[in-house]
Amino acid sequence: MAISLTESQHFETIIIGAGMAGLAAGIRLALAGKEVLILERHNASGGLNSFYSIEGRKYDVGLHALTNYVPKGTKGSPLNKLLRQLRIPYDALDLCQQHGSRIAFPDRQIRFDNDFALLESEIERSFPDQMDGFRALTTEIRELDAFDLGAAPSSARAAVQQHIKDPLLEDMLFCPVMYYGSAEEHDMDYLQFAIMFRSLFFEGFARPFDGVRVIIRLLQDKYRSLGGQRKMKCGVQCIHTEGSRATAVTLDNGTTLTADSILSTAGAVETTRLCEDQKADAQAENVGQLGYAETITVLDRQPADFGWDDTIIFFNTRDRFSYSRVDADLIDPTSGVICFPNNYDYGDRQLDEGFLRITAMANHDRWCALGEDDYRQEKEHWYGELQKVALNILPAGKLPLDAHRVAKDMFTPRTVRKFTGHLNGAIYGAPGKSRAGRTHLDNVYLAGTDQGFLGIVGAMLSGISMANLHVLQGS
Amino acid sequence: MTEDQVKQIVIDIINEIAPDEDTTDLKGDVSLRDQMDLDSMDFLDIVMELRKQHGIEVPEEDYPRLASLDSCADYLTPKFNEK
Repeated sequence: MAISLTESQHFETIIIGAGMAGLAAGIRLALAGKEVLILERHNASGGLNSFYSIEGRKYDVGLHALTNYVPKGTKGSPLNKLLRQLRIPYDALDLCQQHGSRIAFPDRQIRFDNDFALLESEIERSFPDQMDGFRALTTEIRELDAFDLGAAPSSARAAVQQHIKDPLLEDMLFCPVMYYGSAEEHDMDYLQFAIMFRSLFFEGFARPFDGVRVIIRLLQDKYRSLGGQRKMKCGVQCIHTEGSRATAVTLDNGTTLTADSILSTAGAVETTRLCEDQKADAQAENVGQLGYAETITVLDRQPADFGWDDTIIFFNTRDRFSYSRVDADLIDPTSGVICFPNNYDYGDRQLDEGFLRITAMANHDRWCALGEDDYRQEKEHWYGELQKVALNILPAGKLPLDAHRVAKDMFTPRTVRKFTGHLNGAIYGAPGKSRAGRTHLDNVYLAGTDQGFLGIVGAMLSGISMANLHVLQGS
Repeated sequence: MTEDQVKQIVIDIINEIAPDEDTTDLKGDVSLRDQMDLDSMDFLDIVMELRKQHGIEVPEEDYPRLASLDSCADYLTPKFNEK
């Protein structure tokens, strides 16, 4: 398609991606009265945390739990900070707290909930000789300036080993933290670990009764009410450059738009490769390698009717926990996450149907190499395998799962790639994060997953802090 | 405009950007951060609202002058009166 210059328009800031980070950044800029435009390739907002419908049934992607849960008004907490910055009232999120979660390894269980005392007592019970080390570790994590944008990365494994001498406990602590936000294999950056540890254990899990769409709608409505503009089904094909600056973007439909600055949530490598001064295979060494698959089973009973009361279970069935890319097969079912969205304290409300979600790591290239028929067959096969694994970890069901299943679905790294554009379908993005959000261009900034604050709260905070730092403070 | 009016403008802005903070009985000579849970992101919002609502520009190097209500009044009152 020819480039249409007649439609050319100028914005102070163009934001690439209408996910949590892009929408939050958009709200900040619109609040400050900036001319801002959000461009989204997909037809729905939310990015990695979105929802879809099949046969009238709504499914969430992303959100198992909103981490960083704290009660209303908790001073200095990331959740309350971001609500203030977005001028969204706390109660609008309709957050309901988890029942309780656990880390399940072959011979050991650690339960935790939104009261840190439970985790402490569980560790005291299971690992009495590690208790002093655990206390020292948590004190260190509490005092760390985890949001220091200029800090150099350091090994979380090494930092944790300073205090925790039992490798089993070390693995058990790393399992949920890595599953909820590590783009790196085997190890992660200590600050990243600290941010995740706080959000999971010091703070906690909650969920809006209607799921992730509550948050997306709040963000969209706020952005719209402030006069922010958004174009859906408008992917960015190219970022034009002149010297060390970006000058314009060309969209999939050929339209060219100019901007003073660009805030991209497309990913570090993905954004670089959009720039016309870069090669199509630039930064290959920083492409995310960790793909995920998830099965969703819809039940005509509540999980509690089966005897399943956990909110989230982080499981590992091997001797040592290995968080790494899947090479040999389509999926590695030996560790993962089980989630029951029903098992939050919804008061007198409850979801009409029961949901069982199982997440495990998957190999993007293998899933993408399959033809359509094989793809469907493999999905069927692995759906069954993951249910088997989960049934082994869950308490023996009081009801047979198969007899009460009314629907099922599954997504693979191929699905994630298709709808979010993240290379390899790597939901946590590139292993090398860009904390200050800088790129090789002076006026192109990163926000979202590859800036390095993860989870839903992290994504929104990332959008807010990058918009503040690079666009609002600079002006 | 008087210093008290300028202080009230700052208090009104804080009420708007941080509705959960109690702004009654704020002491003029004590830093706002010591009396409320405000961080640098909140000060950015105070500056943003001064610009949007009153056309007052506060350059980044002058942010420390907004530390307390008294220093806000010292710094901002001439700016309001110059308009």
